[in-house]
Amino acid sequence: MMNEFFTYEFLQNAFFTGIMIGFLAPILGVFIVVRRLALITDALSHVTLTGIAFHLLLAQTFTFMQLMSPLYMGMTFAVAGSLLMEKLRNVYTAFKELAIPIILSIGIGLGVVFISLADGFNNDLFNYLFGSIITVTREDLSVISIVTVVVTGLLILFYKELLFLSFDEEQASVSGIPGKWINILFIIMTALVIASSMRIVGILLVSSLMTLPAASAIQLSKSFKQMFLYSIIIGEFSVITGIISAFYLDISPGGVIVLVALSILLIILGCKKIHVGTSRKKMSYTDNNT
Amino acid sequence: MGEYILEDPIVKVTNVSLKYGNQTILENIDLNIEKGEFLGLVGPNGSGKSTLIKTLLGLITPNQGDIELFNKPLNKFRQWERIGFVSQKANTINTGFPATVYEVVSMGLYSKVGLLRFLNRKHKRKIDETLESVGMLEYKNRNIGELSGGQQQRVFVARALVSEPDILILDEPTVGVDTSSVQQFYQLLTKLNQEKHITLLLVTHDVGVMTSYVSNVACLNKTLHFHGTSKDFQESDLSSLYGHDVQVITHDHEHGGRH
Repeated sequence: MMNEFFTYEFLQNAFFTGIMIGFLAPILGVFIVVRRLALITDALSHVTLTGIAFHLLLAQTFTFMQLMSPLYMGMTFAVAGSLLMEKLRNVYTAFKELAIPIILSIGIGLGVVFISLADGFNNDLFNYLFGSIITVTREDLSVISIVTVVVTGLLILFYKELLFLSFDEEQASVSGIPGKWINILFIIMTALVIASSMRIVGILLVSSLMTLPAASAIQLSKSFKQMFLYSIIIGEFSVITGIISAFYLDISPGGVIVLVALSILLIILGCKKIHVGTSRKKMSYTDNNT
Repeated sequence: MGEYILEDPIVKVTNVSLKYGNQTILENIDLNIEKGEFLGLVGPNGSGKSTLIKTLLGLITPNQGDIELFNKPLNKFRQWERIGFVSQKANTINTGFPATVYEVVSMGLYSKVGLLRFLNRKHKRKIDETLESVGMLEYKNRNIGELSGGQQQRVFVARALVSEPDILILDEPTVGVDTSSVQQFYQLLTKLNQEKHITLLLVTHDVGVMTSYVSNVACLNKTLHFHGTSKDFQESDLSSLYGHDVQVITHDHEHGGRH
């Protein structure tokens, strides 16, 4: 792969983008999982699809848009969707989770209409849904690099507030942490990362890259810091494996990435089960002897 | 600084009433908490104790009345690090959350440290000292979910204490804590009150054990029925407030009655 890597620009784009999202998605995933918001990623990824579809539709009339990356429109829609979701969560205070299916429906409904109007049920769409390593452009790479720098910086700056809000939202607000603004900031970051991940992982599988590494890491971690470390390792391993197999086997990277992350989760759960089983046996053994 | 008798009360509640729809939760409450006091706020389930606490903390806005914290109206009060709060919910936190004891206690400093700033060495030492003072330093790197209910509660007290508050508010802190740990827990509170001069507001429906540790008692059931010293409270007639729900239990008896 080394030779090809230096020869083909598309491969470099895909690889570097992969490294960045393999880092970003699991980090945000840690907060999302411990806050029990995993489904939000699904809703926002579908809104991103709406944005992509809207771009494709507009590009038919305004030809200059064909030269632009649909990533911008995807990001715009994702951010707008995230703000709407935060608003809805405050409307239905007793049923906060209702915001998720509402946004999800808007995303799919509008998306399908836009795609039909744009006559866009084709190979292009397939790439957006399941990811691809050949469609990442230099422009995408630059935008995603900016997102990576900004989001990582914000996460470092607001780490302690995000941790407290995740652990106990009520206590955090009692202690004077501006929960409302930090929540909005966080959901915007999530939207941007989802839109950035879409090229490689695909819209339908973005949520898996955010939640599966965190789901594995939570099984292994004693501290919150450890959970980041494990999530990033698992996320990067999955993404790199996905990109390499996509190149050699000519398959969608998204599927492989998710399958690798899923296998890691199953192995961890399996090992834990065996471990708990043997320690129980040991315990009952000593019980019998005392 | 040692003279605190002449100072204004830390918490001043004047004529506070609160309704949910047609239901009156709190009615014309007047309550002052003086510096150095150890006040037990008692009342049966549903008497509005937790609601009153949430109102004090600005989580609920009352329909009527005024609240002042450290001589500032509640809506203008910003020094939240002066108030430590251990909620009832602390007993039911998600024990699967991957955080160490150290990480949990450090949260108590976040607001004091401020936005866009990081914990420094002094803060870290403060966390260790606070863990030491509640007897949990050796558990510093353990996962919070691995600890017993009593140990977790000590960690949450440490989190509330680490910002060096003037007052500690505890809402039913002993729910889900075994009886022997409850005694130790009250001894810890007494120590904090007497040695570190922290004002304490302890909310509980468990009258028996509490009365021998607190200095003053306030009884709440929508309105404030009694507010005086613990001794006067023990000698007064409780039955008007509690009906047949609560037996009066002295602290040397084990009690098993939980609903």
